[in-house]
Parts: sequence; C-alpha cells; structure tokens
Amino acid sequence: MSENLTGRNVSMDDLLGPLRRVFPARVSGQALATLALAVGFSLVVPGFFSLGSMRSMMFQLPQLGLLALAMAIPMMSGGLNLAIIAIANACGLAMVTVLAHLPLAGHGAGYVTLCILLALMTGMVLGTALGGLTGWLIVRTRVHPILVTLGVMSIVEGTSIWLTRGEVISGLPSLYGQIGNASLLQIPLAFLVFLVVAGVMHVVLQHTSFGISIRMIGSNALATRYSAVNVDRVTIRIYALSGFLCFCAACLMLARYNSASAAYAKSYLLVTVLAAVLGGVDPNGGFGRVTGLVLAMVMLQLIATGFNLLGFSDYLTLAIWGLVLIGVACAQALLKKRR
Amino acid sequence: MPDLSSLRNRPEFWLACVIAIFIVALSLATPNFLSISNFVDLTESYAVQAIMATGLFVVLIAGGIDISFAATASVAQYVAALLATRFGLSPVLVIPAGLIVGTLLGFINATLVHYARVNSIIITIATMNVYFALLMYATGGHSIYNLPEWWSDRITFLQFETAGGDLVRITLPIIVMIASLGLCWVLLNRSKTGRQLYAMGGNAEAARRIGLNISRLQFFAYGFAGFMAALAGLVQANRVGEAVPNALYGTELSVLSAAVLGGASLLGGVGTIGGITLGILMLAIIQNGLNLLDISPYCFEIITGAIILASTSLTALSVRSRTRSRLVEEAPNV
Repeated sequence: MSENLTGRNVSMDDLLGPLRRVFPARVSGQALATLALAVGFSLVVPGFFSLGSMRSMMFQLPQLGLLALAMAIPMMSGGLNLAIIAIANACGLAMVTVLAHLPLAGHGAGYVTLCILLALMTGMVLGTALGGLTGWLIVRTRVHPILVTLGVMSIVEGTSIWLTRGEVISGLPSLYGQIGNASLLQIPLAFLVFLVVAGVMHVVLQHTSFGISIRMIGSNALATRYSAVNVDRVTIRIYALSGFLCFCAACLMLARYNSASAAYAKSYLLVTVLAAVLGGVDPNGGFGRVTGLVLAMVMLQLIATGFNLLGFSDYLTLAIWGLVLIGVACAQALLKKRR
Repeated sequence: MPDLSSLRNRPEFWLACVIAIFIVALSLATPNFLSISNFVDLTESYAVQAIMATGLFVVLIAGGIDISFAATASVAQYVAALLATRFGLSPVLVIPAGLIVGTLLGFINATLVHYARVNSIIITIATMNVYFALLMYATGGHSIYNLPEWWSDRITFLQFETAGGDLVRITLPIIVMIASLGLCWVLLNRSKTGRQLYAMGGNAEAARRIGLNISRLQFFAYGFAGFMAALAGLVQANRVGEAVPNALYGTELSVLSAAVLGGASLLGGVGTIGGITLGILMLAIIQNGLNLLDISPYCFEIITGAIILASTSLTALSVRSRTRSRLVEEAPNV
C-alpha cells in the first residue's frame, strides 16, 4: 500500500506519466478515478453538474471527512480509534449544555459570540482530553488499541446517554446556526473549515517530526523507539489529536443538526474505517496521506450524491461504498501479485 | 488437583473469581437474584449473542476477526423467513437453507481475506455494510410478522416449578446455545481441524510451512462463523416471533467485547470456550443485576466499558510481568 512503490498501475503507466511526475502514483490514480466519476455522473445524471448539487455536496462532505481524519491518524500509527463518534457526541453535548445554561437572551451579538467561544473551548478541551486519556491507557496497558478504544467508546457513550437520558439536547443560540450554515463566495463555511483542517493535517503529517514519527511507529514501533523517538509520548499525542479532530467534527454536527445527542452519526463509525482505507491509509500502519483521504472523501460523496439524484436509496449507496472498497482492495492485491 | 500457580495465569480463573464475587454480592443485595428462574431468564436473553460469539471466537482463534456476523445473521434470518412465509416451505428445507446462506456469506469473507490479502477487520467491515445495506434496500426495512407456527412458537424442552412457585422453562435458545458451545469445544479441542486453527492463529507462516492447508482453514473458520451467525439469526426469530432486518445490527461490538472479556486474543491462537462462556455470563449477570437493583439501565454501557478496560489491562499487565526478562517483547504492539 505504499505510495512510493512505482509501477502500481502497470497498464496505466503511459496515461499517468505526466501526473506521476507531480504526484505519487496512488494519489494520481485516485485523482483520475475521482475525475472520471465526476465527468461520468455529470453526463449521465441530469442536474448533477450544477451549483446546487455542488453546494449540497460541500455541505455534506465535511462531517464524515473530519471523522475519517480522526480515524485515519491512529490507523497510520497501526492503531484504530473506535471511540471517535462517542467523543464527538460528548463534545457536542458539552457545548450545547454550556450554551443552554448561559443567560444569552437580551444580550448583544458580541456577548453571544464570547459565549460561543467559551463553549467551543469547553468542547475542545474535552475532546482533546478524552483522546489523550485514550492514548495514555493504550501506552500504559499495552493492550491492543481496538480493545482500549472499544472500552473508552462504551464508557464515553454510556456516560453521555446516562447524563442526557438518551434525549436530544437543543438550545443553541441562532447565531451559531447562522455562522455554521453561512457561505463564503457560494462555498459553505463547513467545507472551508474542512479544507483548512485537512491542510493543517497535511503539513503536520508530511513536514513535522511528529507526523513522520506517526508513520514510523506504524511501520515498526521498536525501530522507532531505538531511533530515540519517545513512542509513548507520540502515541498519546496521536490520540489527543484524534480527539481534537472529533471536536472539529462536533462543531459542524452542531451547526447541521442544531442540537446534540449521544446517538448522532453512530452508523458512521465503521464507514470512517472504509473511507480511510479507500484513501490509501494502510490498516497495518505506516502509510497514508491526507491528500489521498480527501480524494477518497470526494469520491464517496460523488457516489452518494450521484446515486441519490438517480433515485437510489441511502442503503444502496452504503452497499456501493462497501463494494467500491472491496473492489479497490482486490485490484490492489491482483496488481501486487502481477509484480 | 490442578496446579494453582498455572491456574493463576489464566484469564478464565480471574474471570470466574470476579463472577463469583458478583454473584455473592448480588444475591446478598437482592433476594430475587439467586433463583433458578432468574438464571434461566438471563441465560435465555443472552443465548443469541452467545451463539454468535462462538462463531466469532473460532475466527479469532484462527487469527482473524469477523465484524460481519450480525449482518450475516440478519440476512440468513430474512431469507429463511421469506422461504417460510412466501413459499410455505417446510422446516426441513427452511432451516438448512438459512444455514447455507450464512455459510456462503462466510465463504465470501474467507475468499476476500484469503485471496485479496487485506486485513480481515477491513474486509468484514466492508462486507458487513454491503450485506446489511443490501438487506435493508431489498426489504425496505419491513419486518416479517407472520412466521409459521413451527418457527414462532416457543419450544420448551423442560418445564418445572420451583419451590417458590416460579415456572421455569428450558427453551430452544438455551438448548441451541449449549449445543453450540459444546460443538465448538469438541471442534477446537478434539478435532484435527481445531488444533490446526490454533496453530494457524498462533503463527500462520509456521503453520503453512509444516504443511497445513491455510486456505482450507480460512474457509472453515469464516464459514463456521457464518453458519453460527445464521443459527443465531434463526433462533432470534424464534425468540421474538418475527424477522426484523435490523434487530441484530449494532450487536457486533458487544459480542466482540464478550469474546475478548473471556480471554480470546485479537492476535489469534489464544482463548478457550470456557473463557468465552464466562465472558458472556459476566455481561449477562451485570445487566441482570443492574435491573434487579433498579439501577438505571443507562449505566450498563459505562460499566461494560469499564470492565472491558479493567479486565484486558489486568490480563496484559500480568502477562507482561511474567515476560519481563524478554525485553524485546516489551515493544508496544500498537
């Protein structure tokens, strides 16, 4: 699954030659597939190539995109974070609770903005802390991350359900929804947030020692330790970062649903794993880049919107997503064998 | 008499101790806990999960993981229910048909895991989504309520009245659960294939080099998991008297928790049927105890999570202290 191995798409070499000089093989192949999907849908589906459908895609993509990032970064280190949805919902609930308990009525926009910032701080601290705690547990117990995050998921989700009695909590100031659903030059703010976060993550993963350590740990934790990298500290930071990304997702979810609950987006948990793998993240750790992940998200969103406009049900879209992943996995295996 | 020090190193021993403590504490706290009828009830309520857990357990032993079993169970259940209601087929045809559907879905997993050589957790998450989504799409989410009587009627094998006047029924789910656990025990401990599964889970490359047929074993493990899932699906329809396409969806992680609580390793090759039985018993007793103590059911998930974390870390820490001299093993396995 490494992007620097050449000759992956043997038969497509000529086609990809110019692109490959600029991008790694995997990403250029993916970009081509995404482009093909976009063109194909535009030709086949009436109304696909329009500002409206572009905007709706840009509204829908960021939430799953940020959650997939939160899943992908632990996966690059050879782990997995099953607690992401639970942490995101916990952040959302904390933020709504803070906002609902502050006396907002009758105050000016400046005061309300200050309160929203306070709520965001609460959510950020909670998400990062829960993530960091997960990482600390993984480091201290040396238990497989699947199990630790499974336990954390149960505890965090259980606590959210217990405290809210499983109910939906609302009470956001209307200013929050206005900002969250605003657009800049026809581009939804949520999409811009996603692009900024993804851009920062790209820089962190490719150009900082922390980012390189993440993938080194995924390749060989012992060798990384012998290279004088503090594996434990990096692992804790990985999960804290994952928790922070959950908080980012929670901010968008609040704007989208105008409320928070312990049960939102639960069905996304395992889909984020698929998205990460489709984006070129090696489930055994060591490889993966943000560009691939973003392209995979665009691809999944194109499929979802395209088939939705064709009148397919959401379930069929989910099945197609699964089949796409299986197809990609099989194609990779076949190409590997041929080498 | 078994050697006490070797017993101490086994997760089953500790789990049994914890369960014993829970039983004593709960029977002191509530008078209703320590009764036969309560135990039978709590066994029946966990029978379906236990049957699925045996299938998952065999895959775990073989060094893989299967997340798709709940979706497999739902598909098999629905196909069988369709055959029984639409075509009015007899149980002699319907039951094998359901089981075959489950086994075939397991074979699909095995094919993908073995030939595409992708991480089994990724493949089975993908197939879970495909199976479940296609089922929901094809059925439109509609349940089948008019199951034939031979299926929806409660089948009681043994019925008696306790001294307190409670009616105790040993029903089909309990019998099937016991039979599944027994079958699985025989398979893993008394059959050649079972021992080969342990060998493959322990070290697949070593197993291949001593001449084991790895692809046959993979197909066996995932096929068995699919078979058990289908069986669980059929039994579940018997319990609730209807076939609901999304009834089992979402139980994946709790069944996995039960298997892991019982000492099965995600790295393969480790675990016993006794352990997994205790793991399920543990979850059942906690839930039942919380109900009887009138503690909010919302707490159940928190307690389950805490127990998963506590038991897996205690096991890992005790294993680590024994292998401390082997420093190489200390490298984090993340």
